Amino acid sequence: MSNSEGMHSPVEQFEIKPLVELSLGGYDVSFTNSSLFMLLAIGVSAIFLISAMRRADMVPGRMQGMAEMMYEFVAEMVRSNVGSEGRPYFPFIFTLFVFLLFGNMLGLIPYSYTFTSQIIVTFAMAAFVFVGVTIIALFKHGLHFFSFFVPAGAPKVLIPFLIVIEVISYFVRPVSLSVRLFANMLAGHTMLKVFAGLAVMISGAGGLAMTGSLLPFVALIGLTGLEVLVAALQAYVFTILTCMYLNDALHLH
Amino acid sequence: MEVEAAKMIGAGLAVIALAGVGVGIGNIFAALVTSIARNPAARGEVFGIGILGFALTEAIALFALVVALLLLFAL
Repeated sequence: MSNSEGMHSPVEQFEIKPLVELSLGGYDVSFTNSSLFMLLAIGVSAIFLISAMRRADMVPGRMQGMAEMMYEFVAEMVRSNVGSEGRPYFPFIFTLFVFLLFGNMLGLIPYSYTFTSQIIVTFAMAAFVFVGVTIIALFKHGLHFFSFFVPAGAPKVLIPFLIVIEVISYFVRPVSLSVRLFANMLAGHTMLKVFAGLAVMISGAGGLAMTGSLLPFVALIGLTGLEVLVAALQAYVFTILTCMYLNDALHLH
Repeated sequence: MEVEAAKMIGAGLAVIALAGVGVGIGNIFAALVTSIARNPAARGEVFGIGILGFALTEAIALFALVVALLLLFAL
């Protein structure tokens, strides 16, 4: 935990640094490294998708194949989880997936910044999904929406308790959705930095003891692979849970 | 008790949740292996569900970790 001999703290990577100081009505709205990487995620994904699909051939090349796989993946997810009624929401869900995927992946590049490791970023996205889905449900079902909180076929005695539990579990959704992504990114990146710090620390011993740093270094390579998996997986989990919430909103139980 | 000491004990207690998560993830993959062994054709479909269950369970472990980190560094 202490910063001895110029060692970097493993949580230093999450620090938000303002790049352009801005202030609006007394609020600090500086352009930070977090905002920069959000713009980068949008830019890189847009360039990738546009350049891949600009010359759309009947037989896709490598780039076009990748873009089409991503599209098909999300389309299949929406189709199997929400059904045909989910089609109007496909652009939003695809955007969400691509934004998270590129954000997580860009964050794995050394010296870059992972904006999904900030709880406020993930919570804003989860709250947006939660509020949006609730509004969709209210518009579609009106007051009938509240039957969502009463499980069908439950014994009459249990219903008051079940309603309390269902309401709580409904309102916990944005919290669990955002904390899942945030905690995965936070824990993963901290772990990478701890192992990297260990390797550097042992190699500082000099002489034969330096070979001991090989072990954490090999572990670090493996863990980086795992983090790539986690980055893709968490983007997938966030998206599929959004689909499930949307399904609940459109079809109730 | 000193507050610092209590925080560290609390952080240690918070990660006891990992025991439950270990059981949960073990269960998920045991069921995944069993189902794929019984019906290898269902592998593609079952694997996706299994990974989803793994991610949901793993999130519990991370909640515990967040609580521990909050206790150690934020409060």
